[in-house]
Amino acid sequence: MRYLPLSDSDRSEMLRVIGAASIDELFRDVPEELRLKGPIEGLPMHASELAVERHMAALSRKNMVAGDVPFFLGCGAYRHHVPASVDHIIQRGEFLTSYTPYQPEIAQGTLQMMFEFQTQVARLFGCEVANASMYDGSTGMWEAIEMGHRITRRNKTIVSSGVHPHYISVARTMAKFTEDQLDTALPELNAATDAEKLIAAIDERTSAVVVQYPDILGRITDLAPIADAAHAAGALLITVVTEPVALGLIKSPGEMGADIVVGEGQSIGVGLQFGGPYVGLFATREKYVRQMPGRLAGETVDAEGKRGFVLTLSTREQHIRREKATSNICTSSVLCALAFTAHLTLLGEKGLRQLASLNHVRACDAADRLAAIPGVSLVNDSFFNEFTLKLPIEARPAVHAMVEKGVLGGVSLGRLYPGADTLRNGLVIAVTETVTDEDVDALEAVLKEVCQ
Amino acid sequence: MTVNPSGWRPSAPANEAGETSTVTGNRALMLEEPLIFEIGSTEETGVDIAELPTCADRLGGLERNREIGLPGLSEPEMVRHYTRLSRQNYAIDLGLFPLGSCTMKHNPRLNEKVARLPGFADVHPLQPQETVQGALQVINELAFWLLDLTGMYGVAMSPKAGAHGELCGLLCIRAALEARGDKREVVLVPESAHGTNPATAAFAGYRVENIPANAAGRVDVEALKARLGLDVAAVMITNPNTCGLFEPDLQAISDAVHAAGAFVYCDGANFNAIVGKVRPGDLGIDAMHINLHKTFSTPHGGGGPGSGPVVLSEALAPYGPLPFAAKMPDGSYRIVEEENAADAHPKAFGRMTAFHGQMGMFTRALAYILSHGADGLKQVAEDAVLNANYILRSLEDVLDAPFAKSGPCMHEAIFSDRGFADDINTLDLAKALIDEGFHPMTMYFPLVVHGAMLIEPTETESKASLDQFILAARSIAERTRVGDQSLKAAPVYAPRRRLDETLAARKPILSYKQPPPAHAAE
Repeated sequence: MRYLPLSDSDRSEMLRVIGAASIDELFRDVPEELRLKGPIEGLPMHASELAVERHMAALSRKNMVAGDVPFFLGCGAYRHHVPASVDHIIQRGEFLTSYTPYQPEIAQGTLQMMFEFQTQVARLFGCEVANASMYDGSTGMWEAIEMGHRITRRNKTIVSSGVHPHYISVARTMAKFTEDQLDTALPELNAATDAEKLIAAIDERTSAVVVQYPDILGRITDLAPIADAAHAAGALLITVVTEPVALGLIKSPGEMGADIVVGEGQSIGVGLQFGGPYVGLFATREKYVRQMPGRLAGETVDAEGKRGFVLTLSTREQHIRREKATSNICTSSVLCALAFTAHLTLLGEKGLRQLASLNHVRACDAADRLAAIPGVSLVNDSFFNEFTLKLPIEARPAVHAMVEKGVLGGVSLGRLYPGADTLRNGLVIAVTETVTDEDVDALEAVLKEVCQ
Repeated sequence: MTVNPSGWRPSAPANEAGETSTVTGNRALMLEEPLIFEIGSTEETGVDIAELPTCADRLGGLERNREIGLPGLSEPEMVRHYTRLSRQNYAIDLGLFPLGSCTMKHNPRLNEKVARLPGFADVHPLQPQETVQGALQVINELAFWLLDLTGMYGVAMSPKAGAHGELCGLLCIRAALEARGDKREVVLVPESAHGTNPATAAFAGYRVENIPANAAGRVDVEALKARLGLDVAAVMITNPNTCGLFEPDLQAISDAVHAAGAFVYCDGANFNAIVGKVRPGDLGIDAMHINLHKTFSTPHGGGGPGSGPVVLSEALAPYGPLPFAAKMPDGSYRIVEEENAADAHPKAFGRMTAFHGQMGMFTRALAYILSHGADGLKQVAEDAVLNANYILRSLEDVLDAPFAKSGPCMHEAIFSDRGFADDINTLDLAKALIDEGFHPMTMYFPLVVHGAMLIEPTETESKASLDQFILAARSIAERTRVGDQSLKAAPVYAPRRRLDETLAARKPILSYKQPPPAHAAE
């Protein structure tokens, strides 16, 4: 039992100090009949590092590895190259094995990193302030909707049909219990977004309009008219960004008038990991900061006047405010935030812009080639690194057929919107810098074959 | 252009006379590190990206035309920046981290290794199910371990952290009550509960009422029973509780709660004390979250990510959220989600997160569980409780231990500030521990003990490590009793002296703003 340093003689000596005859005496508050007499039956006993590694490696080999095949999946999780130095930094024991920085004198590393992260996220989103992370984008979106209600004291939210359906599902689940009204619809498989419909739906009961940018089909919509219409009615614009790399190339939601911007930070520094852990990004205007959920690092000075950082505005949080807190969140996603901030520091503005351009150029090229396949058409007239194809056949079986030929060829809308007949031929393709020309050749060839 | 043309912001006034100073502000291995905004530039980058010919863009006329203000660093500068920052952190890898209720145990590196296997790390959550059978098997294997260890009926794996798991449990309870047409509005929470309990109940739309503790640090069972009624949906109980004590009457509480038509939620933050020794399912509870980042050693990472699977009773399991991994009769696995839930899991209350939960934590936790096995996990609980009692008995003559007389503690020992000199407080003791090379214990929590100090050593501390901590804590405790004023100055040897938290809250500076050029001349 390699993780347990006590020896039997240590245990005896410690029991003597305690004045207990046996370990079981220490468990005497547990009613006798509830105490298990030995190890739980039917479960394996302890195992060597080698044996455990072997078992886990065998399980890992039962998965198709994204990096081993031509790979085109997106829809809320993106495969980008993560530099080796980023993974090295997050494995530093001083970051990996530290706790929430409640003792700031010996946690300046985490606190300064959080402060830098907050600044980067705020700038990237075009907002004034950002928090030190949420669990992920989907939970962050619900928190933003709730924050909107606290600010506007209204409880009707209009959610664009272009928002990731799983994010909507999370919000719907919560709204059932909080008796909030969420208005949303299925997306339409065409180039125009639902911006005009959203604007028309805003009324004096609207708390917020939620728009994803770029949206689930990859389309990019001008947020400014939506923000203006929302503000004219006393409502907020909440924007969801699932692919923050896009913001290296397109305008930030904040500069177009978004009041709260939430995002999934996975695509910068954090791998795919079958869906988690990821890192929720959350930014807003300074005037709303006291309504914000989550942890915040702030600048201050120490007793000698040296600059330092602390967790601040904790009176919003559950450990101080209990049932009156802005959220129940406690643990967030700081290590993933570290990966995000370290990767973004390595990129810098120049690198982010280049990376974004590379994604866009590759996606434009792939879109043209795939749309030239007979029967296949491109839905989007705007996109960043992800676009939607309309196939002549149902997309979901096409995806499975492509898997048989060793290609992970996108996400079918049938997977995301089961039962929605109008969307069943839609296939969402993401093309990042990790996609090679040969990968696009392979996708073009198998898609041509399965569409015949 | 550099982001901060004025250079790095001076943060320290001139040194007071007599103190040894250096030109750089560094002190040997204690290295000052500016912000990235003070050392980086928007023109610098640490990655080499192939230059491609630009194409006619299809950005819908929304091309960015303003600078973002993101500084870059070359790779050597970036590695040095974060390495220097890391050295200003205390960590389990450096020493005892006795934060009560946080279970800061050693994080085995095997777990990091397996989580990084490409078959786990490089798999997309929306890949077709036939390509992710290994990932689903990990979720399923871990789920069965959690069920066996807790003696419960079902488990929801997707919650992202403890508080998210609490929310999941309460939503199951709410869904179960609504299914029988029962609208209840109140959740009862003990005074000693973690702040997440009342916050979660409020988040789930409930009104929170406190239930008092008795003099022995346990839930006042009679007060609880008296409050039960048709408006009470659930009781949230932490067991072992936040005073480090087992709630011996939990079975009786569960019976009373069930008789009143309500449910028992158990906060499983302290499961480490009883894993392999007691099955919570035998106590009659209906739901309990398990912090994989506590009991099952996935790293805390400076405040997350966590992972909070929720085990459920037979009454609540049908309401658990989507998606989840199910094993089929042919041995394969499939995801049960919105499209097939109508057949497989029709009463699900909904979905808690976009994807399948914290997969990276599942692989780590499973590797940890397999390493320990059933025998090792039992030993974990025994050693955790042994270590805590060793600390309790080694300090109770110099620190007031309010519940020590009534018997042993579980995995954490609680002390109060009784006996401290008038102007010395818990914070002073905690900060003095920093100078001795330890992370302080949890302070001022739970609220039911005055000036509380909650010490959880965990099972991964050696006797030598505990003895050194005890030596330091005893010495500081003596100083608190005699009113040693030097405690007020602690810490003296940390990278920073005490930080002004009031200033930070009064004038919040939450992001870097370029100082005016004149500032540099100060």
